[in-house]
Amino acid sequence: MADARLAASRPLSPHLQVFRFILTMAMSIVHRMTGGFLYVGTVFVAVWLVAAASGPEWFARVDGLYQSWLGRLILLGLVWSLIHHAIGGVRHFIWDLGYGFDKKTADRMALFNLVAGLLLTGVVAVAAFIFA
Amino acid sequence: MSKSFRFQTSLKHARGFGSGKSGTGHFWQQRVTGVAALLLALVYVVLLVKLQGDDYGAVIATLGNPFVAVLMLAFLGVSVWHMKIGMQVIIEDYVNQPLLRVLALMANSFFSALVGIASAVALIKITFGA
Repeated sequence: MADARLAASRPLSPHLQVFRFILTMAMSIVHRMTGGFLYVGTVFVAVWLVAAASGPEWFARVDGLYQSWLGRLILLGLVWSLIHHAIGGVRHFIWDLGYGFDKKTADRMALFNLVAGLLLTGVVAVAAFIFA
Repeated sequence: MSKSFRFQTSLKHARGFGSGKSGTGHFWQQRVTGVAALLLALVYVVLLVKLQGDDYGAVIATLGNPFVAVLMLAFLGVSVWHMKIGMQVIIEDYVNQPLLRVLALMANSFFSALVGIASAVALIKITFGA
């Protein structure tokens, strides 16, 4: 079977650093990264819900942290991550159905994902500001 | 007979490895939870905007509404499952050292379960009237 020398000389699958930077590739990475941010971000949701369930004092404490400028910045980043990842998910559904594989369409969808994600985040931020 | 015949084929070494572990089940779960999370996330974002500036009593009243609680529980449950299997793929892609990989996969399961249970207990407590 596979002896060590043979295994060592096998070609490695090419990774990120050997490719020219292109939009679709960057968006693939960003999709994963936003997924990772949201993974960590669930802690903020869980802490907030547990605080709300624990009474007014705990809620006020956590709410104060979330209302700080750092808190708001993190929450805004998570809102963007959620919206960007959601649109990216729709892009994947389109591919799953067998459409949008040609270069031009794929590039357009990637650009749309980026722009729409930022715009919708802006809309949510403004709406939240108006309600607050 | 000078040379013994080998009954063992390389299939023995292939079993239990590679894509044969789970087939497309994992892929499909990611899609189903993705569709559900997409729809429920719309409700979630609207809810978050609505709650802006509300005081404690108003937040509890909103979260305690059974319709809201059901949708939030569904959103959190589906999201936690989606992120658990998503992070599993990331770990399987990047963590190659066997022990580290098993530990990372375990940590992923524990983290996801903990976040999910904490959110669920909090929501249920609020809905059933703290």
